[in-house]
Amino acid sequence: MNKRLWCGLLLGFALAAGAVHAEEAAATLYPANVNLNDRASVQRGARIFFNYCAGCHSLEYMRYSRIASDLGLTEQQVMSNLVFNGAKFDDPALSSMPAADAAKWFGRAPPDLSLEVRAKGADWVYSYLKSFYLDPTRPVGWNNTVFPSTSMPDPLWSLQGVQTAVFAPAKPGRDARVEKLDLSRPGLETPQQFDRTARDVTAFLAYVAEPNVYERERLGVWVILYLVAFSLLALFLKHEYWKDVH
Amino acid sequence: MAAAPDAWKPRNKALAWIEDRLPIFGFMRAHTAEYYAPKNFNFMYYFGSLAMLVLVNQIVTGIFLTMNFNPSAAGAFASVEYIMRDVEWGWLIRYMHTTGASLFFVVVYLHMFRALMYGSYKQPRELLWVIGMLIYLALMAEAFMGYVLPWGQMSFWGAKVIISLFGAVPVIGNRLVEWIMGDFLPADATLNRFFALHVIALPLVLLLLVVLHLGALHTSGSNNPDGIEIKQHKGPDGKPLDGIPFHPYYTVKDLVGVGFFLLIAAFIIFYQPTFFGLFLEKDNFVPANPLVTPAAIHPVWYFTPFYAMLRSIPSKGLGVLTLFAAVAVLFFLPWIDRGRVKSMRYRGSGYKIAIAVFALTFIWLGKIGIGESTWIGDTYIARALTVVYFAFFVFLWAYTYFGWEKTKPVPERVTMHE
Repeated sequence: MNKRLWCGLLLGFALAAGAVHAEEAAATLYPANVNLNDRASVQRGARIFFNYCAGCHSLEYMRYSRIASDLGLTEQQVMSNLVFNGAKFDDPALSSMPAADAAKWFGRAPPDLSLEVRAKGADWVYSYLKSFYLDPTRPVGWNNTVFPSTSMPDPLWSLQGVQTAVFAPAKPGRDARVEKLDLSRPGLETPQQFDRTARDVTAFLAYVAEPNVYERERLGVWVILYLVAFSLLALFLKHEYWKDVH
Repeated sequence: MAAAPDAWKPRNKALAWIEDRLPIFGFMRAHTAEYYAPKNFNFMYYFGSLAMLVLVNQIVTGIFLTMNFNPSAAGAFASVEYIMRDVEWGWLIRYMHTTGASLFFVVVYLHMFRALMYGSYKQPRELLWVIGMLIYLALMAEAFMGYVLPWGQMSFWGAKVIISLFGAVPVIGNRLVEWIMGDFLPADATLNRFFALHVIALPLVLLLLVVLHLGALHTSGSNNPDGIEIKQHKGPDGKPLDGIPFHPYYTVKDLVGVGFFLLIAAFIIFYQPTFFGLFLEKDNFVPANPLVTPAAIHPVWYFTPFYAMLRSIPSKGLGVLTLFAAVAVLFFLPWIDRGRVKSMRYRGSGYKIAIAVFALTFIWLGKIGIGESTWIGDTYIARALTVVYFAFFVFLWAYTYFGWEKTKPVPERVTMHE
């Protein structure tokens, strides 16, 4: 009886160890350096997200109206620039793609991205968006160095262009490793412009992962100032009371 | 702990009327203005009152979280995001609760280490220490079950690994695991019962234990950094010469501690609420999925020292035994340490080195237990550190039992270090 449980536990650890090994081979991440206080960047990210990503990916915990109020957009702006599926202003941003069909087409339904940046980190999302390359061996024809065997085709290829992989010579007993990605066909944007685009999308998703971020950082200053005053007052009070203790 | 025998009464007539029928004001007075605490408390003496503050914070924020949390496997994750996004001030209440949980352990670990530094577990405070250990045990159960509630990936897999530890119990192990979970995997039934235990049963146990802890404390009186019994030197009025009334002296002093503690808490809550992925872990922002194992399963940071011990031992039975023994041995500290001198200020240098090594061992084990490094050497280091952890207690017993400790003379009266 014990044996079975112990095996289960071991299996868990083995899986964990395996996953860690997979990560070791993964590409190093680029720093995303998103700035959520750069409102224009987050707004651009929203526009790109709803034009290129929202067809397949939902933000089930994010309402359009909340995006409007947090990013300083009017209802009119949001409804005409971000909503393409007939949703109402107070609705959450759901994709129109039926999950069952999506699973059939891509092997798995595109995940909800409400919390993607909190789950993976901004650097991961930013690097992932930049690291697609053509790979005819994959079902959808694309692969990704940050997330090998990803089931998503590059959604931003028209902007970034098409990258192909340059492989390092394979070590015995191992698969060839991608050494670098070459831009074999330029897109509508220069690499510098595309870096900004990827950063903007990441910034928007970082905001979506924690929409209270603006209120939190604004309020924090006042709470801390209050607590500084409180602590100083408490310190003076303590010294006053303790004058006669020797 | 009845009212003071000197027939003290409130001046206000209405209050005096109450006092005659229920001596509650006398009781409060006896435990504040009439409770004499040593005047030489230092920085390490803030953490008891801070632990009470955090307990209150957890209860109050917890009540508000309960109002919008949906304790079901299908709805828990979404309801937490609902709290974070749609409930008024929900994000603040949740961050106060999650930050509070971690800071609770910071404060409790420092509080316990203080007892080690100044021998606060020694005669006549053995029971105080044992009750404190029971609080620590209840707190671990409370924190573990609370961590399962958001039903993220780490909630689910953490629950699975920790509950499966009970499978190491001989004969009934498997049945026990199923009984705890109410299913063959952590599932709706598990989440529901953990919710009930987290919000009702364990808080009640914790509150009761805290009352007993304070009762025991006020019976023997507080220890102090010199490890001297202030009750041995009383003035003509019967008050300890080295004591001062807890209120107002320590209430105003603890207020300073509260201010600085809240400042640190506010920095975390408002500017680093996940605390670099330690207080709120990345994997827990992914909904629980029994079919996908996260890259690395590990409990939250405050359990990782024990988890590192478990993981470094290649036999499950032995690993689980070690894990439980590591907590259990702390209960016996008052009887393991036979030394008469309480405070490390006057204890042998062997003791000072030993508790420093012990603290470092605990922290290092915790770092390994988080499991960010995949270096195989860490397994061997964790084994060595596990041995050091237990060796501390063996050393402490031998050091004091065979009289190897060379203590310094303890002063008659407390010393003040301004």
